[in-house]
Amino acid sequence: MPSNIFQFSSPATFYPLAGRLVPWFSVIAIILIAVGLYMSFFVAPTDYKQGEGYRIIFVHVPAAWMSMLIYLVMAGWSIVGLVFNARLSAMMAQALAPTGAMFTFVALWTGAFWGKPMWGTWWVWDARITSELILLFLYLGYIALIGSIDDRRRGDRAGAILLLVGVVNIPIIYFSVEWWNTLHQGSTIKMNAQTIMDETMLVTMLIMACGFWAYSIAVALIRVRQIILQREHHASWVREIIGDQA
Amino acid sequence: MLNALFWIIRRDLIIAMRRRTNILTTLLFFIIVVSLFPLAIGPEIATLRLIAPGVVWVGALLASMLALSQLFEADYQDGSLEHIILSPQPLSLLVLGKVIAHWLITGLPLAIVSPILGLQYALSNDVLLIMIYALMLGTPILSLLGAIGAALTLGLHSGGVLLALLVLPLYIPVLIFGAGAIEATASGLGGMAHLSMLGAMLLVALIATPFATAAALRIVSD
Repeated sequence: MPSNIFQFSSPATFYPLAGRLVPWFSVIAIILIAVGLYMSFFVAPTDYKQGEGYRIIFVHVPAAWMSMLIYLVMAGWSIVGLVFNARLSAMMAQALAPTGAMFTFVALWTGAFWGKPMWGTWWVWDARITSELILLFLYLGYIALIGSIDDRRRGDRAGAILLLVGVVNIPIIYFSVEWWNTLHQGSTIKMNAQTIMDETMLVTMLIMACGFWAYSIAVALIRVRQIILQREHHASWVREIIGDQA
Repeated sequence: MLNALFWIIRRDLIIAMRRRTNILTTLLFFIIVVSLFPLAIGPEIATLRLIAPGVVWVGALLASMLALSQLFEADYQDGSLEHIILSPQPLSLLVLGKVIAHWLITGLPLAIVSPILGLQYALSNDVLLIMIYALMLGTPILSLLGAIGAALTLGLHSGGVLLALLVLPLYIPVLIFGAGAIEATASGLGGMAHLSMLGAMLLVALIATPFATAAALRIVSD
């Protein structure tokens, strides 16, 4: 067991650690999402204005949170990677990207499903929706950029710069409902004021959000293990693992 | 420091003047794209007035993006980019000089010819004036942001298409406020708020983007 947490920045020590963490986060994710979905369909009360259709927010809002949060985490890993020149941080950013893109797409898609009965339209060119769409393009651009650079070191650092440039978009998404007075409603959950929302609804949403957190961590760890094996295939410890499985 | 800036602007302008067709192709592309829309949509004046801001700006975006590949490519191929990176002057300053020269060659001509294209769309004089202002403020932002993408994709096989994927999403705010300024003036609301936003974005881009571009160029030359 390494005595110092920084020793986990080496792929060789991180690989087994990630392997031990994956089952825990997978189980937590399955339990929380199952409980969250049950509560959102059967426990949370019917909304007095929007009826049953509002229940999609229990997926929509946590997915939108995750889409922004994962981008920030990737940008954070990019800073770590550029400053300390650590290989693993670029691998973490790369492992998170597909999950982030998926949550961005889910946020947009569930928003469209909610928008059709409530607003009467699948899509509006509102500030928050447009900036969330840009976020999806940023994720896809990042994936395309690192995919098309053969030199790993250059790809890691080019991806890091792209992520840091795109980070400007995150506060724009977050504050868009306050800065522009367009169709998307303002946030109901506030840090600094009383939440104007039924308590059961709030709890359900938080359970779903924690479930999505656990899911993201589990999937990212599984993916980063594959990336480590691919990239470090020349190292002797990887040869041993691959040899064991073959 | 300022000498180095002026020197690199002068150098890039001289090189561009020796190969004048490159300047003209970007401009011609812009003119042709903008002229295609009335042919495709039909010559009704009310419709043309409505779509003019969007068409001009999308044309400017595409023209600016296509011109980006020339920004570092020649210097990268003949090795002078290495020398620019190794020079004792700050790289971000030299990058800024290259971007300014690039804008003078590709962005400024677009802004200058845009009123003639606006006449094709039957825009009134005050709207034409705002359109020039908006393009004057907006196209340098396009060059500055695009330079980051151009540096990141330098020397890659799939460079051109990838560049579009990276750069066009970053262009969207400029498109919104640039076209918004023209549209707001045309509908009588006044475009000054949009122009102020474009000006603010230009200032931020002037300060921030040369550092990102310089960092991206250093990666390439490693």
